Parts: sequence; structure tokens; C-alpha cells
Amino acid sequence: MQTEQFYYDNKIVKKFVNATIFWGLIGMSVGLLLAFMFLFPNITDGISWLSFGRLRPLHTNAVIFAFVGNAIFAGVYYSTQRLLKARMWKDWLSNLNFWGWQAIIVGAAITLPLGYTTSKEYAELEWPFDIAIALIWVAFGANLIGTILKRRQRHLYVAIWFYLGTFVTVAVLHIVNSIEIPVSAFKSYSVYAGVQDALVQWWYGHNAVAFFLTTPFLGLMYYFVPKAANRPVYSYRLSIVHFWSLIFIYIWAGPHHLLYTALPEWAQNLGVAFSIMLIAPSWGGMINGLLTLRGAWDKVRTDPVLKFFVVAITAYGMATFEGPMLSLKNVNAIAHFSDWIIAHVHVGALGWNGFLTFGMIYWLVPRLFKTKLWSTKLANAHFWIGTLGIIMYALPMYVAGFVQASMWKQFNPDGTLTYGNFLETLNEIIPMYWMRAIGGTLFIIGSFIMLYNVVMTVRNGSNVTDELAEAAPLQRVTKKRTTKEGYHTWLERRPVRLTLYATVAILIGGMVQIIPSLLVDDYVPVISTVKPYTPLELEGRDIYIREGCVSCHSQMVRPFRSEVERYGEYSKSGEFVYDHPFLWGSKRTGPDLHRIGGKYSDNWHLNHFYDPQSTSSGSIMPSYKWLINSALDKSQTVAKLKAMVALGVPYSEEEIANAQQSMSAQGSKIEKNLYTDPDFVKTYEADKKYAQEHGEDFVEMRNREVVAVIAYLQRLGTDIKIKAQEEITTNQND
Amino acid sequence: MLKYIKGNLENIDGVAIYPIISLLIFFIFFVVLFWWVFTAKKEHIEEVSNIPLEINQNDELV
Repeated sequence: MQTEQFYYDNKIVKKFVNATIFWGLIGMSVGLLLAFMFLFPNITDGISWLSFGRLRPLHTNAVIFAFVGNAIFAGVYYSTQRLLKARMWKDWLSNLNFWGWQAIIVGAAITLPLGYTTSKEYAELEWPFDIAIALIWVAFGANLIGTILKRRQRHLYVAIWFYLGTFVTVAVLHIVNSIEIPVSAFKSYSVYAGVQDALVQWWYGHNAVAFFLTTPFLGLMYYFVPKAANRPVYSYRLSIVHFWSLIFIYIWAGPHHLLYTALPEWAQNLGVAFSIMLIAPSWGGMINGLLTLRGAWDKVRTDPVLKFFVVAITAYGMATFEGPMLSLKNVNAIAHFSDWIIAHVHVGALGWNGFLTFGMIYWLVPRLFKTKLWSTKLANAHFWIGTLGIIMYALPMYVAGFVQASMWKQFNPDGTLTYGNFLETLNEIIPMYWMRAIGGTLFIIGSFIMLYNVVMTVRNGSNVTDELAEAAPLQRVTKKRTTKEGYHTWLERRPVRLTLYATVAILIGGMVQIIPSLLVDDYVPVISTVKPYTPLELEGRDIYIREGCVSCHSQMVRPFRSEVERYGEYSKSGEFVYDHPFLWGSKRTGPDLHRIGGKYSDNWHLNHFYDPQSTSSGSIMPSYKWLINSALDKSQTVAKLKAMVALGVPYSEEEIANAQQSMSAQGSKIEKNLYTDPDFVKTYEADKKYAQEHGEDFVEMRNREVVAVIAYLQRLGTDIKIKAQEEITTNQND
Repeated sequence: MLKYIKGNLENIDGVAIYPIISLLIFFIFFVVLFWWVFTAKKEHIEEVSNIPLEINQNDELV
């Protein structure tokens, strides 16, 4: 049969490899800066765009979508062409995918530090970026599917299934979770509120881990591990079971992020059950990856690529064993909100994603540039420093998690908390934060060694050129099964059918969990005293979102004796019905804030924002001086209230019309409260006098941002303390 | 806490069939999956699993 000649596009792979290394170093460096902020909280004192709350989403987004994302594209673009014996469908789509993705990352790197965020974890980017991500993702998918349709290899290798599953599922997750109402160019509100928002967010958040950090990397594993070991995958049959059971089960597991919260119990239990089941396919995949090296273990001693792969797959095995364990309610009661989770995700990110990417880069770069790796010794050095870095990072965080969670729950014989002051539990684990910072430093040093090695390799190599290949075009065969052809064999050559089945498999779980929450009226029991936020409180809440307070403070008191004792009444689902978006948080670096309302005076809050260490000795919260000096932007308030009305929050026409007066009145009241502190009066009046004498504009305290934040904090969790009117009337009738 | 499940579900007509449907979906899914896998022909499995190993120019290091 006549063969056709064509070229594999290597240049696009080179671009993605470059971007992977570049953004990897940036994302890790931001992470390291954050790690040092635990030790030196005021290291970026007074610079709002370098504050912890704003950089934390930058770190997570940079590592997940920039570092891992570009690595996925590099590996997918390299392997897909060869597995299908075809050049990518359209060069312009490849380039649109590359440049569009980089533009989104640059946009994120600018807007996140400026405080434009939705606050929903791993989906922080505001609505214009959400649209851009959807478009670029579709460009990637179209290119992938186009290539599949013009392939010269009849059967789709299992790696391609993983890529298809990734494309479909990420698209569904991203679109459903990002439905929001825009208020201005960079501000929007989630259409879901409270419990529903939490459920949708963690259905997304968990599956961002599943379908962005796991399935595409499993596809890469199924291509690059056999390549590097020069033998086929251990069991192709197992890989089929792995794929289908993984995507079918994974999508259900999201609610394990919300155990003991106000989410209905049946949804929590469903999440737990499916999380436990996940061990089976995950370990099946891990075993399949490791056993691919059967008879090649001697190579692992000398080949750095295989070393990285072995540790990556082992880390995958550890993280996917730990995940189901963390989903058990009794384990979760200890681990959730603590540094244990930070350890868990970094075993995944540094070990599984990081090391698989490094192995892939060490394999790809010499081949793309037609040379040998410049230094195997340096690659080995990178391997050992990186491995040590992971251990030095993860172990102290496990210890910190256990220690702090145990201290949170410790009672005295008389029934009081042994460590009633939250800061005692924090100061105990500062040495662990030191070790974590050292571990992170080692990991980054390793990455810089790789950068140097790659640069030297490229210098010795020749230019990347598209690779000539030859293959016969596919002959048309019947759409039906041929005689002797098994059902399985037939499906493998029907990509569209395969994609549809994969879509059905992932939709079932999401639908069962999410649709009841949106349709069943009494899903969230109504609490009559819970009312919408006042305009000033709403503005304060938006500042809380902007500053990323949710990174370190939860708003979810779980129904445990230790938490009720420490924070107050446990959180009810009906309290969050006007929370667009929800702000339950996932980590308690500082205490929970759901019952903070009325706990401290307005003055305490002002002083605390100005200098947290002055009110709370040993605190690692940074100072928020800019909140105290900046004027509150009230120009969007009416638009915000109207957006809320569109989402079903019952603001009356009158409330909207009087928004400005209402804000002034509530602000003045807080300003009056602040005047009770003589120190405040002294400095504030001095500032005012100075401004008048020098003819500068002076912003009254009632119009400043901090007052709005105080208004919001003082409102938090107080609604259920009001005795409902009906209840009082009924009591009178008694 | 059980009232959340019961309260919501009891309002749906014919809810008793739901757990049976769920069990069936699961059972059938995995039965079909394993049937599919075990009936696959050995030659085919070998052929497909060797797709990544076909030699390309790039694979050979200088």
C-alpha cells in the first residue's frame, strides 16, 4: 500500500516545554515566598499586591494551570501526533492554544495580585478570563479531535482516551462552576449561593485535581513510561479498566471536601463512599505504571528519567491512598482545615505532577534538539535534591497538622479548652513551617539545576525541526463491527462514540449530586431571621473577597464540641442563603470567623488590621494598613445590589434607592464607636488637621474601606441570635 | 440528620425504585467493562499496547 509522508510538529512541543519550565519556576517561587510569610508575616509590609491573601491564588493557579497545564500540552502534542501518525490538525489552532493559554496566565499574574478574584478555589479568575479559558480549551479540544479524525493509526491508544476524557470533563466542570453574573469588567457574583455554591465549587475543585492533575498525566504516563523503559505497558487490559472506572467514580467524590459542614448528610456520605471506591482504579493504574518497568529495573539505577517516573508514580500511589483515608469522616475531622491537607496536596503536586513533568522534560529535550542530555550527573543531582525537598516539605506538614488539630480538640478536666487561645496552637508549629520552607527551597534549587542542564543541552543541540514520518492512510472500513471484531476493538476505532460514552460516564455523578440541590425546595431549611447584608456589609464582604481572607480563615463551625466551645454555635445551611459566593474556606491558618460578629469591639478590629501583632501577640497575620487609608469605592454599590436581586436576594426598591444614605449612616455609627478610643481620636484628629493645613483631601473614617470590612465582620453569624418575631409572639401566647 | 435524606426523597413519587436503578447502573457498568476487557483478543491487545513503541526518528538519541 502506498504510504504518505508528513511532518510531526515539534516546534509547538518545544514552545510548551519552554513555558512549562518558565512558569514552573515562577509558580514555585511564589509558593516559596508564601512559605516565608508564615515565618516573617510582614515581609511585604504595606504592599497590597504582595500580600498573602492575594498571592496564594496566584501560587495555586500558576502551579496548576501554568506549570502543569503547559506540561500537559507539551506531552499531549508530542504523543498524540505519534500515537495517531498524523500532524496536529491545524497549526493555527496549536498556536492559538499556546499563545492564548500564555495570555491568560499573564492576565492572571496581573489581576490576581490586584485583588480581582471570585474567591472560588482554583477558579479565582474573573469572568472575562473564564470566557477566554473556555475558548482556548475548545481550540485545544478541536485540534485534538481533528487530529484523531485524520489519523493514520486505526486504533486509539489508551493515552488518547485519557486526553479525550480530560478535554470533555474539564470543559463541563469549568462552564458549570463559572456561571456568574458580571457587575463590572472584573467583578462578578456566583449564581449559586451558600450550600449550593459550596457543592458546585467542590464538585469542580475536586475534579480539577481529578481531570487536570490526574487523568492527563495518566495519559502521559501510559505513553512516556513505556517509551523510556522501551517495553509496552504491563497490562493493556488493566489500563482499560483503569480508564473507565476512574472517570466513572472520580466525578462523585467532591463532597468529601465538605464533611461535617452544613451540606446535607446524604450528599456527604455519597462523597465518602465513592472516595473509598477510588482506591481500586487509582492503585490499578499505579501498579500498571510501576510494573511496566518489569525486567527494566536495572535501568532505573542509571537513567534519571526512569528515576523521576518511579518516584512520580509512587507519589501518585501514596496520594491516592491518602485521599480516600482523608474522606473517612473520623480522619477528616482531624485533618480538615489543618496543614495535613497541605502535605497531601504537595505529595501530589511536587511528587506526581512535578516529577513526572521533570522526567518527561529530560526525555523530550535531548530528542527535540537531537543531542544527548548535557549532564546525567546534574539530572541525578536534581532527582535527589528534589526527592529530599518533597520529604522535607511533606513530613513537617503532617506533623504540624496532627499537632495543631490535636491541640484544637484538647479539653481540660473541667470542660474548658486547654488551648483556648488559637495562637498557642499556631506558635507550636512554627518550627514545622521553617522546615517546610527549607524543603520547598530544596525543590526549587533542583528545578533551577534542571533549567541549567536544559539550557546547556539546547546549546549543544541543533535547531528543533519538524520530524518527517511515513505511514499509510487509513482505509475505509465499515462503521459496523466486522466479523471476528470484538465490541471493545470496535469502540476503540470509533472516537466520537468513545467520547460520548466517556461524557455520559462523567455526567451521571455530577447530576445526581447537584441537581437535587438546585431543584428540591427544602434542600436548605429556611431560617427566618437570616436577612441579606446591608449595602455597607456587602461592600465589606467584597473587600474580604478581594484580600483573599478566605485563604486563611474558614467560615464554617463544624458541629464538634471543641469547635462550638471555641467559636460558638455550629453553622447551619440556612445561614448562607444570601452568600454569593460562599466563603467557607478550606484552611485555618487563623481562627474560624463565622461567629466573629460582636465578639470584639470595632476599635479592636481597627487596631488589629493596622498591626495584628499589637492586639494578638504571636499572630502571623500581616498588617492591612491600606484598608485603613483607602476610600471605599461606592460607585458600584447599586449595580451590585441589582445583581444580587437578579440572583434572588430580596432587596427592596427602597433599599437600593437609599443605598448611599444607608452606607453613610452605618459608617458614621462605626466611626462614632471608634471615637471611644482616645488613642484613635488623637491620631485621627492629628491626620485630619495635617490634611487641612496642607490643603490635602481628607477621607472621613466612615467612608474608608476598613469601616465596611468591620461592618461585615460584626454582622457575621449574628442573624441566628436574633429572636424571630413569630417566636416571640408564640411565646407570648403560651 | 437523616431527615434531610428522607424529607427530600419522600416527596418524590416512586422513590423506592431509585436505589435499585443506582445499583443496576453500577452493576451493569462494571459487568460490561469486565466482559469487554476479558473478551478482547490477545493479538489485538498486543498490537495496541505496542503503538507507543513504534520507532520514530526522534527516538534515537545521537
